[in-house]
Amino acid sequence: MNKGLSKQAAISLDASWNTAHRAEGPVSAADPARLSSSLRSLSELPGAATGALRGKSQSGPVQLAARGLLKSYRKGPIGIPVLQGIDLEVREGEFLSVIGQSGCGKSTLLHLLGTLDQPDAGEVLFEGNRIDNLPNASRDLLRNRHFGMIFQFYHLLPELTALENVLAPAYIAEGVVGYWRRRKAYRQRATELLCLVGLEHRLKHRPREMSGGEMQRAAIARALLAQPRVLLADEPTGNLDRATGEHVMQILSRLNEQQKLTIVMVTHDAWIAQQGDRVVSLVEGRIRQA
Amino acid sequence: MYKLLLCWRYLRTRTIALICIVSVMLGVATMIVVNSVMAGFTHEMQTRLNGMLGDLILESRSMDGVSDADWHMAKIRQLAGEKIAGMSPTVHVPSLMYIDVGGQLLTRQVTLVGIDHRTYASVSQFGQYLQHPANREQLQFELRAGGYDVYDHQVDDPQTTKPRKQMRDAGWVYRRSKTLLARQQQARRQALQVPAQTPAAMAAVAKADGREPSTKSPATANPFAGLDAAETGHVFDPVIEQHPGVVLGIGLCSYRSADGADHFVALPGDDVRVSFPKASLPPEAISEFYTIVDFYESKMSEYDSNFVFVPIRSLQESRGMIDPETKVGKFTSIQIKLRPGTDAVRVRDLLRSQFPAQQYMVSTWRDKQGPLLAAVQMETAVLNLLLFMIIAVAGFGILAIFYMIVVEKTRDIGILKSLGASGTGIMGIFLGYGLSLGIVGSGVGLAIGLAFVANINRIADLLGRLTGRPVFDPSMYYFQKIPTIVEPKTVAWILLGAISIAVLASILPARRAARLHPVKALCYE
Repeated sequence: MNKGLSKQAAISLDASWNTAHRAEGPVSAADPARLSSSLRSLSELPGAATGALRGKSQSGPVQLAARGLLKSYRKGPIGIPVLQGIDLEVREGEFLSVIGQSGCGKSTLLHLLGTLDQPDAGEVLFEGNRIDNLPNASRDLLRNRHFGMIFQFYHLLPELTALENVLAPAYIAEGVVGYWRRRKAYRQRATELLCLVGLEHRLKHRPREMSGGEMQRAAIARALLAQPRVLLADEPTGNLDRATGEHVMQILSRLNEQQKLTIVMVTHDAWIAQQGDRVVSLVEGRIRQA
Repeated sequence: MYKLLLCWRYLRTRTIALICIVSVMLGVATMIVVNSVMAGFTHEMQTRLNGMLGDLILESRSMDGVSDADWHMAKIRQLAGEKIAGMSPTVHVPSLMYIDVGGQLLTRQVTLVGIDHRTYASVSQFGQYLQHPANREQLQFELRAGGYDVYDHQVDDPQTTKPRKQMRDAGWVYRRSKTLLARQQQARRQALQVPAQTPAAMAAVAKADGREPSTKSPATANPFAGLDAAETGHVFDPVIEQHPGVVLGIGLCSYRSADGADHFVALPGDDVRVSFPKASLPPEAISEFYTIVDFYESKMSEYDSNFVFVPIRSLQESRGMIDPETKVGKFTSIQIKLRPGTDAVRVRDLLRSQFPAQQYMVSTWRDKQGPLLAAVQMETAVLNLLLFMIIAVAGFGILAIFYMIVVEKTRDIGILKSLGASGTGIMGIFLGYGLSLGIVGSGVGLAIGLAFVANINRIADLLGRLTGRPVFDPSMYYFQKIPTIVEPKTVAWILLGAISIAVLASILPARRAARLHPVKALCYE
């Protein structure tokens, strides 16, 4: 199904993203043509054996790190501490699971890592550069280009079709003229991503016409559009039944394996957490190695 | 890019946006209709006002007038010759007019205007308002044999108005038959009252036969006729003779019944008596007979029920305004028609500087009708202000609805932010949304407004039929239909105003959307 991928289109797309990267400054450029090649190999893969992913080398450089993160929520006059000094290192190509009970601050941690929120103290480092204190515009750009995010409630835009939802990061990155010029490459890429997650029959469907698993897979495709280097997953299976959840986990594992995509996933489900290379638990606002 | 896409999608999928569009649409349509009608009324009124008056009027302050119109006109021409299209001297005098209706005298307070029928048409539209086609070509103060308009010639489709059946007979035929009939009746009545063959009855009978009446006879069809016979020795015969001609305003001798038909109490061919002061000290009231030769209908009731036009020479003679030696007449004002595009105010000021203000008043027709024009202008301004407030109210509606949409879309805003959309980008979505609602609303409003204006008379008729009460009563306004003028400039302002109100109303909600915290927005339930 990926025969249709025009290499030229993929490269021109990569070039456009990279242009944006260069303008960004502290973050280095992505590896071009990485995705198009890995897409092909991934699709040729038979049903993935998640167990086989275990035990791979964890010696890559640290890609994402948290140091001494503190975060509390204010409720009236008293602050409720949520994160009380998080130290965490995620290596490139690693699939890290963070397990913790509901309300322990897993999502908050993920939001801090993904620059959606800012910590009260401590710092977040991405490829060695501090990102938590960047100005808004740079953090917007970072989320648009380098972080893919998926959520428990999928968070697809209800007015857009699956294909358009996947294209959303490109819509945001590009102006009207820029998008129009590269629209074919973008659409092709989005279509391929949807095929990759097995939604080739749902391109023109709105989220409300799709099942939960389909919506989550569309959300994964969306997170991948910009060729992110880190995928942040917030309870990706939290709203799905076990079988569907497993399917989603298979996709994530494959992405991690085939594209060397760094994944940080938080979950309360121990079995789901086991799908990662490494599991840490979040207890009382601190990280404990599992 | 996503701004456009989401604007478009929100526009298409949110039914609540329809409410915004409808409120903008109604406001725009109303303003277009009201402005068009107001502009139409104003224009129509100004045309008619200007039609009866010259562009510029030089008046003597004295009602007795000043001498020598030719000298004055020569001087005006010398001062502003290239700007003058025509001039005509007139004599204005307040007077009382009596109309004999079946033995009763109707009294009307009028302004008697002596005009030079050869030049007066060159300074005003007066000629076009006359009821006889030949008089519209060139006014003659001679009674026509017949052929007066039965249908209102100023209406596009004359057949739609009620015919003025009485006008069919107006003219010499009517004058003769009326006189003869009256004589017959009088004779018969006298024959019954006085059985004996008195000379008076004999005379009456003789008169009814069309022969010369006896001077002693009280039997005259016209109570005024023949009164001056004794002085001049000449006996006036209404059958073949007429008094000096008079053109009456149609409002002075007609009334409109509920069904829209006009009824006349006097017709061309009837005689009227007019009393006015002589130009002498002490003032001396005199009265003269005039024969109605035509009506004019300017459709401005103020004029149609006030002005009475007679030949200037005869009025000058009656009032003693002619110098016995030089035969030069006095006039009270000179009507001046300017060439199109001339600044009337400048010419007015020029003339003012040359004619001493103690003796002369120089004014433009706008000066003359100042209070009325100012009132209309004021009315338009106030109406626009009120209507614009209505659109502003619609703006608050948009504000509220937008807040609602922002709240409803909070999660989507969070999603967009998590995907890297900036605050200004989010703001752009909602500003663009407001802009597109404004554009769509005012576009539809424009179409509806223009369609309404184009069919306003049909709509008025329909409403009149539905409610059983005429929305637009022609007899009240003297317009046969509602006049409308669509001014592109006004329409452009209305559209611009409506669109900017829609955008302004969306600023607050858009700012709120832009400032939403991404995490809070994402977790918003």
